Amino acid sequence: MAFTININGTSHGIDVDGDTPLLWVLRDVLGMTGTKFGCGAALCGACTVHIDGVATRSCITSIDSIDKSVVTTIEAIGATVSGAKIQKAWLDREVVQCGYCQSGQIMSASALLASNPHPSDTDIDDAMSGNICRCGTYVRIREAIKLAAQTNAKGG
Amino acid sequence: MMVDRIAVRSDDASLSRRGFLAGSAALGGGLVLSLSLPFGQSEAVASGDFAPNAFIRIGSDGQVVLTMPYVEMGQGTYTSIPMLIAEELEVNLKQVRLEHAPPNEKLYANPLLGVQATGNSNAMRGGWKPLREAGAAARIMLTAAAARRWSVDPKSCRARDGEVIHDSSGRRLKYGELAADAAQMAVPESVTLKRPEDFRLIGTPAKRLDVSGKVNGTARYGIDARPPGVKIATLAQSPAFGGRVKNLDDTAAWAVKGVRQIVRLDDAVAVVADHMGAAKKGLEALKIEWDDGPHASLSSEMVGRELEQATLGSGAVAQNIGDSDKAIAEATTKVEAAYHLPFLAHATMEPMNCTVHFRKGECEIWVGTQAIVRVQTMAAEAAGLTPENVIVHNHLIGGGFGRRLEADCAVRAVQIAKYVEGPVKVVWTREEDIQHDMYRPYWFDRISAGLDGQGRPVAWKNRFAGPSVIARWLPPGFRDGLDPDSTEGAIDLVYDLPNFHVQFSRVEPPGIPTGFWRSVGPSHNAFVTESFIDELAATAKQDAVAYRRELLGKSPRAKAVLDLAAEKSGWGQALPKGRGRGVALQFVFGSYMAQVAEVEVSKEGNVRVHRVVCAMDCGTVINPDTVQAQLQSGVIFGTTAALYGEITLKNGRVEQTNFDTYQMLRMNEAPAVDVHIVKSTEPPGGMGETGTSLIVPAISNAIFAATGKRLRKMPVDSNFLKQPA
Repeated sequence: MAFTININGTSHGIDVDGDTPLLWVLRDVLGMTGTKFGCGAALCGACTVHIDGVATRSCITSIDSIDKSVVTTIEAIGATVSGAKIQKAWLDREVVQCGYCQSGQIMSASALLASNPHPSDTDIDDAMSGNICRCGTYVRIREAIKLAAQTNAKGG
Repeated sequence: MMVDRIAVRSDDASLSRRGFLAGSAALGGGLVLSLSLPFGQSEAVASGDFAPNAFIRIGSDGQVVLTMPYVEMGQGTYTSIPMLIAEELEVNLKQVRLEHAPPNEKLYANPLLGVQATGNSNAMRGGWKPLREAGAAARIMLTAAAARRWSVDPKSCRARDGEVIHDSSGRRLKYGELAADAAQMAVPESVTLKRPEDFRLIGTPAKRLDVSGKVNGTARYGIDARPPGVKIATLAQSPAFGGRVKNLDDTAAWAVKGVRQIVRLDDAVAVVADHMGAAKKGLEALKIEWDDGPHASLSSEMVGRELEQATLGSGAVAQNIGDSDKAIAEATTKVEAAYHLPFLAHATMEPMNCTVHFRKGECEIWVGTQAIVRVQTMAAEAAGLTPENVIVHNHLIGGGFGRRLEADCAVRAVQIAKYVEGPVKVVWTREEDIQHDMYRPYWFDRISAGLDGQGRPVAWKNRFAGPSVIARWLPPGFRDGLDPDSTEGAIDLVYDLPNFHVQFSRVEPPGIPTGFWRSVGPSHNAFVTESFIDELAATAKQDAVAYRRELLGKSPRAKAVLDLAAEKSGWGQALPKGRGRGVALQFVFGSYMAQVAEVEVSKEGNVRVHRVVCAMDCGTVINPDTVQAQLQSGVIFGTTAALYGEITLKNGRVEQTNFDTYQMLRMNEAPAVDVHIVKSTEPPGGMGETGTSLIVPAISNAIFAATGKRLRKMPVDSNFLKQPA
């Protein structure tokens, strides 16, 4: 069965089983490898994308559940206001180490910032604890989210 | 002779002055300098034979490209290494680019590459002197080329920011314009390196050079390789180590849309499909009956008991000073303890994967590896080819931690690819990744000490047992029952211990494979040594910092970091009930560090690590931002191990499967990590692993301070710590 899904503003026709997770459509069918595989069970957050702006684990999101929703991935998050701020803060604060989990971290953080321009530590914990980083960049992720939020305060 | 990568120490006195560099012209006009980096006490270098394993090219565009065998896996090497060259070459850091050394070019074929690998925190230690020397030599040759062109004395010229400048005439030439001429100049016999006070780059925080692609999805890891026509495979390997496929019913798998092929091996089955979704669905539809093989009844308890027994027998003596048995017998107080450390998985965020295109007479591989030649060699063997016919493309590594020093997954991928037409990417599910790792070994230590009337230790005796990873990974490194990794952190302690005896019994557990894991030998030894010294302080009813301090007469650098950690952590100040501070101290990987962990233990026995203070003396600091990042990273990696890390065996198989049963520390649990660096002009020590080994005893000692309960078996057991209702 074929599906038409909107990813980063472009429509794609996809011919896979309806229960195929979005993650594999992105990575293997469309070749958009910025979204990462980590656990396949929504336990680590590496595969996080936005569906209608909401941070969503693509490894357990079946392609037939997407319908008319809009999918945004790491490849296009820089075109959103919060995504661009988060990416810049990530570079300014030197968050990244091996970098493998960071697509998912950035997607979770930019969804947080879009819905909550001035997150508290607890808000950050709630939004980010689903994303595992084995390199242990948590300290700097927290600092970078706060840095990005400051640019909100300055209207920047 | 093999190179012993483990024997790297910060002193590089063995480096021969003779032939440390060679110069030649680059294709297309430019300068190439070949240099030899010591991966340990290299036989080739020590004997004066020139065996290059790294190359600096300066092209006519002025770009400086270093090709070398260290890989970036998040530890900042790709930024720190260029700093060493740029400092002496007098170029902007952005002018230096690092490339993966490919294993397949004749240029790189030499004895040193036999262990071309990144591990044991040795990139900075190995590269510190030769890379600066190479930068200085290139600068001298470029300056000489400019001086000849201007017909002036080279001494009247200076180099700065990628140019040679003749101040008196105001003339200047860019390196790119000089590179071809410089190739004709003699390589200097010796160079004078800058004094530390003249450093312009080293010691300043430098922005990481490898990160921009890692925030926008364009960075390519091994798992992102997509050669044209690639199919995706996933696999089920015998759940019990050493088991076999007995029966396979693949009828239902063939009905899954997108499934292209099913490959049955002796001990594994793979499903090849158009995409991973179909491959996984196909795999789940397989009905596999396994023969569990010879280790079908193996359990963690059996492994532990065997190691306990082994320590009662004789072992290889790693270090002996005085007579420990006699001194313990005559001591006022005798203290004894036994410690167990569990198997651990690496759980790199990028699950294991390898893409292979097996063709007639050759094989092409796409992978992210810490040990590219090992991949090439072992893949060639599996493919029935010579290594020259195996092409390996290295990629960024989504977490190494020692896991990607192994080539088992490349071998498995080749076994599958032999049956597949066209390229196939074999991707381990997280469950396969955790259940078929090469695990941090299980270790057991039986340790005793004697204290005098003042509580001071007069004797120390440690008998420990476990596998030797070196014996498998680098067989010549294992000699007379010992290897330098298994004992690092157990011998040559910073403490004054007049009678001292350490022996090691190598025992390989049946079935379960073991491997290097971030902080390697010290991941075990720092825990045992620092837990036991803490036990001695408690037995002597003395403060844990003061007790250690009294034993550091011969180790001023250790004393300095201990004092600094105590001061910055507020050691000795009162804490609320349920909280405690624990200290730990080590000298491993060429670096001194003390840590103080502050923990809180709930009534239910749950442990929260609030804050960790690290005081570090890693010699000359190259990039302080990287030091801070690596310590934050190492502490969190080790905290995960202390609180949650345990792989257990039952019925010959690993019980843990995914991040629900093999937990990782998360954002809401992450401690604050304060890093304090002691200024030093000593040669640089290792960084990437030091935080991991030390935090485990720091946490355990803090738990003791909070509860009075001593953890002699890791990880933390909440049942043991919970208060009675």
